[in-house]
Amino acid sequence: MATDSIPTASTATRGFGGYARKVAAIIGKDITTELRTKEMISAMFVFSLLIIFIFNFAFDLRAENVQTLAPGVLWVAIAFAGMLGLSRSFILERDRGVLDGLLLAPVDRSAIYLGKMIGNVLFISLVEIVILPFFIILFNQPSGTLPLLAGVVFLGSLAFASVGTLFSAMAVHTRAREVLLPIMLFPVIIPAMLAAVRLTSAILDNVPFDEVSQWLALLVAFDVIFIAASFMLFEFVVEE
Amino acid sequence: MASKAVLSQQEKSTASAASGLSWGAVLTVTSGILMLAALYMALIWAPDATNLTAPAERYAQRIFYFHVGSAWLGFLAFIVAAVASILYLVTRRDKWDIWALSSVEIGLAFFTTVIISGSIWAKPTWNVWWTWDPRLTISTICWLLYVGYLMLRGAIDNPDRQARFGAVYALLAGFSVPLNWMAIRWWRTIHPAVIAPGNNADESMGSFGMSANIQTTLLFCVIAFTVFYITLMYHRINLEQLQRRVDTLKQRLLYR
Repeated sequence: MATDSIPTASTATRGFGGYARKVAAIIGKDITTELRTKEMISAMFVFSLLIIFIFNFAFDLRAENVQTLAPGVLWVAIAFAGMLGLSRSFILERDRGVLDGLLLAPVDRSAIYLGKMIGNVLFISLVEIVILPFFIILFNQPSGTLPLLAGVVFLGSLAFASVGTLFSAMAVHTRAREVLLPIMLFPVIIPAMLAAVRLTSAILDNVPFDEVSQWLALLVAFDVIFIAASFMLFEFVVEE
Repeated sequence: MASKAVLSQQEKSTASAASGLSWGAVLTVTSGILMLAALYMALIWAPDATNLTAPAERYAQRIFYFHVGSAWLGFLAFIVAAVASILYLVTRRDKWDIWALSSVEIGLAFFTTVIISGSIWAKPTWNVWWTWDPRLTISTICWLLYVGYLMLRGAIDNPDRQARFGAVYALLAGFSVPLNWMAIRWWRTIHPAVIAPGNNADESMGSFGMSANIQTTLLFCVIAFTVFYITLMYHRINLEQLQRRVDTLKQRLLYR
C-alpha cells in the first residue's frame, strides 16, 4: 500500500488535485475492504433494524404516541449503529498495521483524516438511508418525507463521523479501546443529535421550515466547526 | 527522553520550593479565612429573601450562595483547562498538561457540588429533585464531558500520549459546551415546559428579589471561591509535579 502510493505522490503532490487524489485513495481503500468483507455495513444494518424492533417492544408503540417517539427511535438507532461502525473504523487499521503504513506514506496527516471520515460518513449514511424505508413502513409515516429525511440523516451522520473518526483514532490507542468511544463521543455530539431529532420530527409532522431553520443552522454549524477542528487536531493524535 | 525533561523541570521547581512553600501557606490561610467568612455571610449575615414564605424555602435559598460560587468555579476551571490544553498543544511543555489535568479534576469536584446542592435546593422549592431545565442539563453534560476526559487519561499508559489525547479531547469538549448550551435552551424554549424555572422567572418557581446585602454576599462568595480555586490549583499542581517526579525516579531505579 505504502509502496504503491510513493510514485503517484512524487508526481502529483502539489495542488488541490493531488491532495484530493490522496483522500480518494484512502476512501477507495476503505470501500474495497468493506466490499470484500461486508462486515461493517451488514452489522450496522441488522443492528439498527434490531434497535427499531426493540424500541417497538420497549415502548409498546401505539398509534397515539408513535408520532412523538418515532424521531427519537430513529436517531437512537443511527447513533448506536454508527457507534458500531466507528469503533471498527480504526481497529482493523491498527491490528493489521495499516495505520503505520498510512503514516509512512508521503501524504499529509489531514488527508488520512479526511479519507477515513468521508469513508465513515459514506458507510453510516448508506446504511441509514437503507433503514429509512423500513422505519417509514414500521412506524407508519408518510413516505413523501423520504428525500428530506435522507438529507437530515446525511447531515447528522456527518456530525457523528466528523468528531467520531478522531475519537475512534484516539480510542484504539487506549487500553479500554472501543468501550471508551461512546463515553467520549456522546456528550460531545449532543447538540447535533438534538438538532437532528428536532428536524426529523419537524419533517414528519410537516412543520413549516421557518420554525426549525435555526436547528438546521445549528446542525450545519456543528458539522463545519467539528470537521475543521478534527481536521487540524488529527495530526496530534497520530503523531508517533 | 521525555522523562528526563520532566525530571529536570521538576528539579528546577523543587529548587524554588523553599520560597514557594510560604506562598502555599499564605494561599491556604487566606482562602480558609475567606471561606469561613463566606459561610458566615451566607448563613447568618445575608437577610432572608423577602418573598419566600415557607421556612423550608427560606433556608434552602441560602444554598444559592455556595451553589453559584461552585458553578462559577466549575466553569472557570474548564475554561482554564481548555486554554491550558491549547497551550500544551502549541508549546508541548509538561507544565500546561499538569495545569489542564489539575483544573479538570477541581472543576469536576465542584460541578458535582453544583448538581448535588442544586438538587437539595430544588426539592423544597420546585418539589422535585430534578427537572430537565437547561441549566441543570448543561451542568450535567459538562460533568459527563470531563468524566470522559479523566476516563480517557486513565485508559492510556504512555504519559506523552495521555497529555496529547487529553488536550485534544479537552479542546473538542470545550467547543461542544457553547453549542450544547444553545441547543438545550432552544429545545426547552420552543417546547413549552411544565416546569420552566430558569426561563420565566416568577415567584412560584422559587425566584426571589436580590436586596443589596444578598448581592454583596453573592459577590463575596464568588471572590472567595475564586481564591479557593487558585489555592486548590496551587496544591494540585505541586502534587502532580511530585507524583511525576516519583514516577521518573522509579523508572530510573528500575532500568538502571
